[in-house]
Amino acid sequence: MQYFLIISTLMFFIGVYGFLTRKNMITILMSIELILNAVNINFVAFNKYLFNNQLQGLFFTLIVIAVAAAEAAVAIAIIINIYRNFKSIDVDNVDEMKY
Amino acid sequence: MFLLLSGMILIFSVMTVTSRRILRSAVYLLFVLIATSGIYFMLKYNFLAAVQLTVYAGGIVVLIIFSILLTSHISERAKMAGLRQRLFSALAVVAGATLTLIVIFAYSFPRNLEPAISTDVKTIGHQLVSYSVNGYALPFEVVSVLLLASMIGAIVVARKESITK
Repeated sequence: MQYFLIISTLMFFIGVYGFLTRKNMITILMSIELILNAVNINFVAFNKYLFNNQLQGLFFTLIVIAVAAAEAAVAIAIIINIYRNFKSIDVDNVDEMKY
Repeated sequence: MFLLLSGMILIFSVMTVTSRRILRSAVYLLFVLIATSGIYFMLKYNFLAAVQLTVYAGGIVVLIIFSILLTSHISERAKMAGLRQRLFSALAVVAGATLTLIVIFAYSFPRNLEPAISTDVKTIGHQLVSYSVNGYALPFEVVSVLLLASMIGAIVVARKESITK
């Protein structure tokens, strides 16, 4: 079982590295999806090996997938709106509030 | 099989966060999500693997690719952060990963010896809409309200406003 936890840990920290390093907003969103998937693998591994007789890990994983889909949709709507106003989606160029 | 899937996940996720072309990062992310779904199939969580393929690999990656095509030039090279920022974040990430792996290896996870519940769709469906002890009707409804709210929010944020001068 520890192998699944190792995989999910490495994937999580690779996602954190991508989140801290990239400048394009959409690649930051992709790193967030990596982090959420690592957490999902963790939940499923715990459910399968430590809590055989209940399904709570599975249900929480389903809820995390649904929340990640909703959050990706809203994030992309915000990114498109920022692109319309600033003509760029680098996090360095988006540095003024409107008024 | 597990080695193949986990190797795929690690290699493609590293290539996602270090690639200079954005569209290639999206395709590598698609491969990572398909390999994750393969892990779920290996653990006999078939419904979850199907949901992961449909929602993540079929929905979110398509959404990301569309937004990449809408907001950047197709052959634009992404700018990475400076060397100092990359070095310090790599240091922080390696430190965090080492700490977590030490904690994982120091604990012996005791296996549960009770009879396993079946993870077919019938059991999941029964538990998803029941409001008895192991029921998940309330989170189900809350997630549907959340999806509705986020859909309305995304439409409102991203529509073309008529500029009033």
